[in-house]
Amino acid sequence: MLGQKIGRQSVSMHNPPYMITGSTIVGPMEGEGPLREFYDLVLADDLYGEGSWEKAEAKMLRENVKRAIAKAGLTMGDIDVILAGDLLNQLISTNFAMRDLDIPFLGLYGACSTMAESLLIGSMLVDGGFLNYALAAVSSHHNTAERQYRFPTELGVQRPPACQWTVTGTGTSVIAKTGQGPRITYGTIGRVVDMGITNPNDMGTAMAPAAADTLMAHFRDTGRDPSYYDAIMTGDLGIVGRNLVIELTRQNGFILSKNYQDCGTLVYREDQDVHAGASGCGCSAVVLNGYLYSLLRRNMLKRILFAGTGSLHSPVSYQQKETMPCICHAVAIEAE
Amino acid sequence: MSVWSDRKTHQLIAPEFKKMAQKSAPKPPLAKNLLWAFLVGGAICVLGQAVQNYIMTVWGLSAKQTAGPTSAVMVFLGAFFTGLGLYDELGKHAGAGSIIPITGFANSIVAPAMEFKREGYVFGIGAKMFVIAGPVIVYGTITAVVIGIIKYLMS
Repeated sequence: MLGQKIGRQSVSMHNPPYMITGSTIVGPMEGEGPLREFYDLVLADDLYGEGSWEKAEAKMLRENVKRAIAKAGLTMGDIDVILAGDLLNQLISTNFAMRDLDIPFLGLYGACSTMAESLLIGSMLVDGGFLNYALAAVSSHHNTAERQYRFPTELGVQRPPACQWTVTGTGTSVIAKTGQGPRITYGTIGRVVDMGITNPNDMGTAMAPAAADTLMAHFRDTGRDPSYYDAIMTGDLGIVGRNLVIELTRQNGFILSKNYQDCGTLVYREDQDVHAGASGCGCSAVVLNGYLYSLLRRNMLKRILFAGTGSLHSPVSYQQKETMPCICHAVAIEAE
Repeated sequence: MSVWSDRKTHQLIAPEFKKMAQKSAPKPPLAKNLLWAFLVGGAICVLGQAVQNYIMTVWGLSAKQTAGPTSAVMVFLGAFFTGLGLYDELGKHAGAGSIIPITGFANSIVAPAMEFKREGYVFGIGAKMFVIAGPVIVYGTITAVVIGIIKYLMS
């Protein structure tokens, strides 16, 4: 029997694929954060020797993919597909990074949920018997995101307290049919949830209902209780969104206690003045492939539910007064 | 009180959720922000006054004649500190205190000019330079015209 769909939104892996490597590169500010020791490389400056931030982001992604392949003891020829994405229009960071890598590539856009999305699809492709090795990779860069979504970086504006800080960072996971490491056992595909929030400076609030929706769908479909997991990690809700998820799920009888945390609250120290926490594709990607992966490999964590969250709005939709559609995908990663 | 309409299908009620979110939304530190804005905005104005007084005494000009050169000096300072990457650090704390004075206007033009230089001199700097200040100029000019017409009709 092969892996199968369970419930409305979830899939169960028949032969759970292995996450054999996690690799991360972060910018200088993230390198000063509390998770410093878990990153593979901390850049000395956010241009990474390139002429523009966009080029720097593409280079970061490309170099991290190479690094992950080397760490896994593989060559580029071994990788059957890369599933990757970023935040920029037309996925330019990812697409431009891929032109130097001779690997079949599928681009994904799930905003900040892309790490979970790529892991989920990669695992299904491997478990489905199509591939032996799939690579899931994402990137984000504070300055490229800032100039696309908000204001020029040197503009003297005051950020509101619910605002989050886009992570400069990239994370890559190698998913394999056989190998060593934690295994991806279940996945829950999110649906788009829009609760009418319009403020792009408060993405935690906008994304919280989507996160709660997917987490509850996961518990309902798999029959698992939140307490089954050592850690339930949402992607980048920050402090504001995290508290809302706890309240939303509590009202439906799911108690997210000490085992629930949000990646966005872990990347920066409080005195780094980022307000409600971290965000961006890179946020959940560096926490997963750096910190969480390391704890899974050391058996300090056995079972985690990784739920990437994304706000699917654009600067155009925001200016046309559209509300913010949001999504969350979850994958269960379990060490044996 | 639940914000869910149905616990089985998990449908959220949007207006209820908005109410819930508003309750838990973090409040900006109003007193601190006001104080910062007052002090920094005030300091920039004091500096402007000092520049004006200096030009008046040294060049022997009237207050009206000094307005132009004083603005030029303040605009230069705003642009200069934007270029040094310091004006945004000031603005982070001062908010409106550093946006409202003419130095803030300079910042709003120089910041996009720096940012979009990589897209070239025409479609980068040229097109994007007034992306923030443009609306201020457009509506400022329209307001001036309207006020001018009113003044003309009343005299």
